[in-house]
Amino acid sequence: MILLELFISYLKIGFFGFGGGYAMLSLIQNEVVVRHGWITAAQFTDIVAVSQITPGPIAINSATYIGYTVAGFWGSVVATLAVSLPSLTIMVLLTRFFFKLRDNRYVAGVVSAMTPVVLGMILSAALLLMFPASSEEASFIDGWSWALFGATLIGSWRKVNPILMILLSAVAGVLIYYVF
Amino acid sequence: MVQQLLQIFWSFFKIGLFTFGGGFAMIPLIEREVIERRRWIAREEFLEMLVLAQSAPGPIALNTAVFAGYKVRGFAGAAAAVLGVVVPSFSVILLVAIFFASIRHNAVVDAAFKGMRPAVVALIVAPLMGIVKGMAWWAMVVVVVVGFVVWHFGVSPVWLLIAGAVAGVVYVYITSRNAKSDQQ
Repeated sequence: MILLELFISYLKIGFFGFGGGYAMLSLIQNEVVVRHGWITAAQFTDIVAVSQITPGPIAINSATYIGYTVAGFWGSVVATLAVSLPSLTIMVLLTRFFFKLRDNRYVAGVVSAMTPVVLGMILSAALLLMFPASSEEASFIDGWSWALFGATLIGSWRKVNPILMILLSAVAGVLIYYVF
Repeated sequence: MVQQLLQIFWSFFKIGLFTFGGGFAMIPLIEREVIERRRWIAREEFLEMLVLAQSAPGPIALNTAVFAGYKVRGFAGAAAAVLGVVVPSFSVILLVAIFFASIRHNAVVDAAFKGMRPAVVALIVAPLMGIVKGMAWWAMVVVVVVGFVVWHFGVSPVWLLIAGAVAGVVYVYITSRNAKSDQQ
């Protein structure tokens, strides 16, 4: 039952998606690329690229997109619903009890211990995109790739708008790989 | 009452429609819509909401929507806000997914994606390096180990998150017990 598998996968992604956007990438990747093989690592990178230039959180975008790719319209509905449900329930509970929880030292301890794990998850998402299992899934294909990587890295440290950088790198891609 | 739910939906629809690049990009939009225009929540509450939205699981954009919606109209308000944030993203991506399959093998599109992929990786790496620089050495070790284990062995990050949470509880328990025995 593909819809049920999608639902469970995205429920898991929503429930354990600490740290938001980029940290969730590693969870999504683990579910849809590594575990289920619904899409390849390169396709995954494309979805992240599309997410960057379309509105909305990456988790929602990827749920809609992958759900559609795997099981059509209902797949996209089921995956999007599943990824939103944990947020809705957990945040409602937290909002009610937040003021009691805030000063609890165990809660503070858990949050600070999970921070490096969340950052490690972001690192693994980047590593998987840089060095995928097979060469046809590669995001980096030649020296130009590394040049674009370096340019975007410097650009984001200088606070250049990420949408602009994605669009510029698309133009650069067309010039490098199509026109010349 | 229905009117207020529609208002919540519409406000978050606008926020969802203009949030590019995820969570943090939407903060100024929420500020303008929810605090300044509608006066649904106070500024101090908003700052607390950000802390909460970041420490809870799920996309930050969605978490903030739930908080604000719940504050205004309880559970129905939260559901209206979530729907508002999700609908724009859902419909745009659905259109993209439907048409993308037919243009994906176009040579120009393919070339554009070859250019975008390394840029996407750089956008993921950039904020990471900034945050890790200021951390304690043991936390840096955890970052690298988690990154390597998930990437190389395909371990589910879920286990590592649970391990992190348990380590946090154990650490607080031991330090507070030691502090007690020092007093005695």
